[in-house]
Amino acid sequence: MNEFPLLTLVIWLPIVGGIVVLASGEKSPSISKWTALFFAVLTFLLSIGLWIGFDSNTAQMQFVERSAWIPTFNVEYYLGVDGISMPLIVLTTFITIFVIVAGWEVITYKPAQYMTAFLIMNGIMVGVFSALDGILFYVFWEAMLIPMFIIIGVWGGPNRVYATIKFFLYTFLGSVFMLVALIYMYFQSGSFSILDFQEMQLGITAQTLIFLAFLLAFAVKVPMFPVHTWLPDAHVEAPTGGSVILAAIMLKIGGYGFLRFSMPITPDASASLTWLIVALSLIAILYIGFVALVQQDMKKLIAYSSIAHMGFVTLGFFIVFTIAQNPALSSGSIMGIEGGMVQMISHGFISGALFLCVGVLYDRVHSREIADYGGVINTMPWYGAFVVFFAMANAGLPGTSGFVGEFMVILATFRADFWWAVLAAMTLILAAAFTLWMVKRVIFGEVKNDKVAALKDIDQRETFNLAVLAIAVLALGIWPAPLVNVMHTTVENLVVQVTTCKLPSSERSDCVLTHPEPIVAVPNN
Amino acid sequence: MQFDVANLIAILPEIAVLITACLVLVVDLYLQDKNKDVNHTLTLIGLIIAIALTGVVGGGDRQIFFDGNLIQDGISDLLKGAILVVSVLGFIYARPWLKDRDMLVGEFYVLGLFAVLGMLVMASANSFLTVYLGLELQALSLYALVAFDRESKKGAEAAMKYFVLGALGSGMLLYGISMLYGATGSVEFGAVAQAVSEQGMANEVLVFGIVFLVIGIGFKFGAVPFHMWVPDIYEGAPTPAVLILGSAPKIAAFALATRMLVDGLQELHADWQGMLLILAVLSMGLGNLVAIAQSNIKRMLAYSTISHVGFIFLGLLAGSTQGYASAMFYAIVYALMAAGAFGILLILSRKGFDAETLEDLKGLNDRDAWYAAMMTIIMFSMAGVPPTVGFMAKLLVLEAVIRIDLLWLALVAVFFSVIGAFYYLRVIKFIYFDRAVLNAPPLVTTGGVRFAMTFNGLILLMLGLFPTALLSLCQSAFI
Repeated sequence: MNEFPLLTLVIWLPIVGGIVVLASGEKSPSISKWTALFFAVLTFLLSIGLWIGFDSNTAQMQFVERSAWIPTFNVEYYLGVDGISMPLIVLTTFITIFVIVAGWEVITYKPAQYMTAFLIMNGIMVGVFSALDGILFYVFWEAMLIPMFIIIGVWGGPNRVYATIKFFLYTFLGSVFMLVALIYMYFQSGSFSILDFQEMQLGITAQTLIFLAFLLAFAVKVPMFPVHTWLPDAHVEAPTGGSVILAAIMLKIGGYGFLRFSMPITPDASASLTWLIVALSLIAILYIGFVALVQQDMKKLIAYSSIAHMGFVTLGFFIVFTIAQNPALSSGSIMGIEGGMVQMISHGFISGALFLCVGVLYDRVHSREIADYGGVINTMPWYGAFVVFFAMANAGLPGTSGFVGEFMVILATFRADFWWAVLAAMTLILAAAFTLWMVKRVIFGEVKNDKVAALKDIDQRETFNLAVLAIAVLALGIWPAPLVNVMHTTVENLVVQVTTCKLPSSERSDCVLTHPEPIVAVPNN
Repeated sequence: MQFDVANLIAILPEIAVLITACLVLVVDLYLQDKNKDVNHTLTLIGLIIAIALTGVVGGGDRQIFFDGNLIQDGISDLLKGAILVVSVLGFIYARPWLKDRDMLVGEFYVLGLFAVLGMLVMASANSFLTVYLGLELQALSLYALVAFDRESKKGAEAAMKYFVLGALGSGMLLYGISMLYGATGSVEFGAVAQAVSEQGMANEVLVFGIVFLVIGIGFKFGAVPFHMWVPDIYEGAPTPAVLILGSAPKIAAFALATRMLVDGLQELHADWQGMLLILAVLSMGLGNLVAIAQSNIKRMLAYSTISHVGFIFLGLLAGSTQGYASAMFYAIVYALMAAGAFGILLILSRKGFDAETLEDLKGLNDRDAWYAAMMTIIMFSMAGVPPTVGFMAKLLVLEAVIRIDLLWLALVAVFFSVIGAFYYLRVIKFIYFDRAVLNAPPLVTTGGVRFAMTFNGLILLMLGLFPTALLSLCQSAFI
């Protein structure tokens, strides 16, 4: 048990920082910007402490902080991280820096409020990843909507009001049912601790209903087909920073939810509904891939590409239940989940970078239409090089991080079902098609019009943003081992968890999971 | 009836409010027009003394005074405190509005104070007679307050409607009380409860009595289908009057319901539960759906009240101590939110202009970022989004409902709260996403108003983050 409340600090420091920035007012934008950057960097450095102090040999929760919050209902301020949440926290604090930098000169309307919103967002998202109490998780989960709602609505594009209200209501609708499920589970287990939830036994009907309630919440967030329609709207209308946060972090929270709640708490229901998730994932990969192909708007195209890539994540997670029915292949299930995790982190870098790239053009020309561009490479050579690199990563070029996750998931899927894997592998063609075609039309060719001819190449600030992300993409692509190692033990434990029957003894004869009898769980603090 | 000083000590807060009301009535006669602020100061001092006295007198064990007519327990202490605090906020918000219109006269304060007195009496009533006396004192004062702006035809119309429908509600209530008296032979809650537990449901008059009682409660809360008066009154009455009748009286209505149904008729919980359930579902549904269609923010808040009443009923119908405590928490929190929301409308108004439509909120963030932030907290709290206290209130109510295995009801409730979120979000849209109209003058407010609004907004946030203090008060009240 760590004495120093590092997680609390990583959550609340940016929130306090946000309030400081807000109090600094709009009178001196440069002071508020530098203060915001200071807090963002400090938070990132602190979160690096989580990585350094993390012990990757245990699946137990680390950096645990636990104290009573609402004692009458056994709600606790209960924080902790394992190998799944820790990398996501570092990703969050890392991406926030770029968001702050990206808004540096572009945001002229109330920059202090803009920076505040992102700092508060940062703290809340770290809270989501580190909460181990159901209600605490829900509070962070919902609180996240408030800054994002304001970010899209205030600094967004022309149709921002429609987009932001749609975004809010979609996610709100998804999550309130999760709240009911959480309260129901509280009455079954006697506490709101997520770890207690995971050890609880529930009948198959209850499990299925809880699974569906969670599915609604997480599927909206991921987003999965058919509840994905808010995402293109929100992405297109959001300011660049908002799009980056949405794509890089918020979508991951949905995926994280599956790993933390749906799969370990209701494994039997998950197993019996695997077909549904796999079907929805494959639809996301294939159908949404085709939808991306025909987009005229660059942001919309990347938004659809995000949905397709997140389809890989859910696919990687849920094939566990199919693979696990054949114990000889159990290493495949670990690979599936790890592949999904790597895909989430990598997509965080790549989609964030792509949205920053679109932002660079939008700041100069104020258009996101593909048709308004052409031959950008002639006037912006450095920029063109970065775009091509990130586009290749998005298409899953070996050597970039985009390849690692997809490859692991496809390999694992082969162990589950040959045809699923074939369909999933189609993405290598589709993603290449829609990304590279966009690059061809925007970057290459003759200089299309006067606006393109007048473009100036990226400045130092923008180069810094893109270069650091490019290094991250390359590093993860060439040497993913540190990331995989840090989560390996946790994922192993998770696979045991999700293949252990959680049905009560009366229904246990119906169990299809590998371990029909409850095994002695790893004690979690 | 024996006279006992202990009796008087128990009602010290009420006495303080009564003295203040009489004092204002007299002092006002001798005040010149430019000194009318004295009324305001006197009222606030009186109310703050009453709050202090509530703290001093309260906290003891459950005691009954005045031959069983008044009670002092955890419920009365907490409800009185909440009513007084919300009323203080209301009077502070109302002052600039009244001053701008040369209406800063004693009558407003006298009527307001008598209404507060009525509410306090309801909070500590221990017999049907006392509860009814308190109710009428409150209602009659509020009828007059609604008609306070003599020049306004809309106000007069609203007052008339309020009076007729309010009288109808009171009539129903009185009718129910008379039946209960006939069936049980007493108006005192303890005696009624005892008689009921001996007779059970055998007595048909008793059942009829409860039906009328619940109808009366429905009227006073403004629950569907007895809600017809709410939107019209909210729209027609001057905003300060709406502020006073839309906030603290909800706490008093909760007192009315909990005193009669819990103190008196807990035994028949199974019978009134079903009735409240229908009222709750209808209120949440109709309130949230119709609010979407409103462009007048006062009317929108009226429908929002109706939907919140549905949530309060959810806690009540659970019939457990947890349920009552959650409903109490909800009622108090709602009164704070309503006071803040109408307070913002008053801040936005100025001489010759009343903020009434959603459009009037346009660009509030540009005009005053702090008030914009406070209104945003209030709206998110009404929508039930964490980390505001509105979420905690909803969470507690849902918990109580799921505890008695009414899972479907919880699902209905969360579904309607999602629908409700839309119109609260729309308010925030006007505040943040729209730019102020060009000729909008800057907001002029006093330090007192700014302080009160800051308190009001931040307490909604603080209670959301640290609900334990208020929650344990609510829970200990019902144990």
